[in-house]
Amino acid sequence: MKNHVFRPLWAVIGLIVLVLLIRFFYVPKDFGVHERGYMYGWYRKSNIEDWTKVTVKYQGKEYCTACHPDKIESIDRTPHAIIQCENCHGPALEHPSEPPKLAIDRSRDQCLRCHAKLAYPSSGRAQIRGIDPDKHNPDVECVMCHNPHKPSLEGMK
Amino acid sequence: MISRRDFLKNTAKAVAGISIPVAALEILSPARVQAIKADSSVRWAFLVDTYKCVGCGFCVKACKLENEIPYDANATRTWVERYVLTKDGKLYADTPKGARDGFISTKVDLGMGNFQDIKKEDIKKAFFVPKLCNQCDNPPCVQVCPVGATYQAPDGVVLVDRTWCIGCGYCIMACPYGVRFFHPKYHTAEKCNFCYHRISKGLKTACVQACPFGARQIGNIKDPNDPVAKTITTERVGILKSEYGTKPQVFYIGLDEEVR
Repeated sequence: MKNHVFRPLWAVIGLIVLVLLIRFFYVPKDFGVHERGYMYGWYRKSNIEDWTKVTVKYQGKEYCTACHPDKIESIDRTPHAIIQCENCHGPALEHPSEPPKLAIDRSRDQCLRCHAKLAYPSSGRAQIRGIDPDKHNPDVECVMCHNPHKPSLEGMK
Repeated sequence: MISRRDFLKNTAKAVAGISIPVAALEILSPARVQAIKADSSVRWAFLVDTYKCVGCGFCVKACKLENEIPYDANATRTWVERYVLTKDGKLYADTPKGARDGFISTKVDLGMGNFQDIKKEDIKKAFFVPKLCNQCDNPPCVQVCPVGATYQAPDGVVLVDRTWCIGCGYCIMACPYGVRFFHPKYHTAEKCNFCYHRISKGLKTACVQACPFGARQIGNIKDPNDPVAKTITTERVGILKSEYGTKPQVFYIGLDEEVR
């Protein structure tokens, strides 16, 4: 057979070899079939570890207790004890080192999340003491009169 | 005519050439695949009590901040839906901004800037339903991924490899629950992963921690002493869209027919 028949064949084989060589070096060694088989477990194993390294931002109430036991102690005697500090004070991250000060959400809308009256049967919302936001002192911040750390009406400022 | 010498030379070259790609290819025998299917002692599952949910949206806020989903982008890993059924048989459902700021009004968002105020006396039933990734046992989103960028970890959580995702969006189309979206910053597929960085450290997910009413709970369904596993295995719980055969691992107490 003549050379001109083989030449394109070599070119094609060469191309295939090149692609497979690139693939060999490009695809990570831990990429392949893992625990759940080819259909659900075909992935790069070290990605699981990558996800565990994401920074934790919300530290939880216990973290706050370490430095602010007085605040926790007082709020724990109120119905607001069930609310995480960070829900209003923002994620603690590495506080007090970073950030040194947390941005507190004192907005009216923050209170209305629970205390805008929605009379929904078969939802816990109906049991929460609420107001009609359009009628109960609109345009005034709730914290002007109410103290979220002493929320009972007797504890009003 | 090809000489014997040339024929042998070319054959040797061809064999050498073919042997390189054979070495580069991973050939998967079913037996080997079966052998490496190790059994894990952890299987994360989620329990939502819709009776306890008040629609405050603290879970959504915490999720967005914890998982660095741009706060004002209309995309979120978890959200809360409001369902209002009126006495004249109409169903209203909304989730403004995914309930990031909670439900603070009786007006239901109908979309396109229209709102419907529903009077207390017209309501037949009304409730809130938190939604998140179901971490299905048979995840269709994983099946369709052409590059192996999304997968099921040994503990059942479906994760996305951001370095490997090509952004084709097949998984977003495949998810029957609509929990997937493109991350506005990374432009890769994004979804709830049960706060993998938290549960792997023994913490609760950000949404579970932020919920003041215990409407959201997470647990290990393979641990018989786990309170969440006990509830799921002994109480009446429902799952979403069971007809798809995806075997969701988010279980609901008080699931209504109207919830989709």
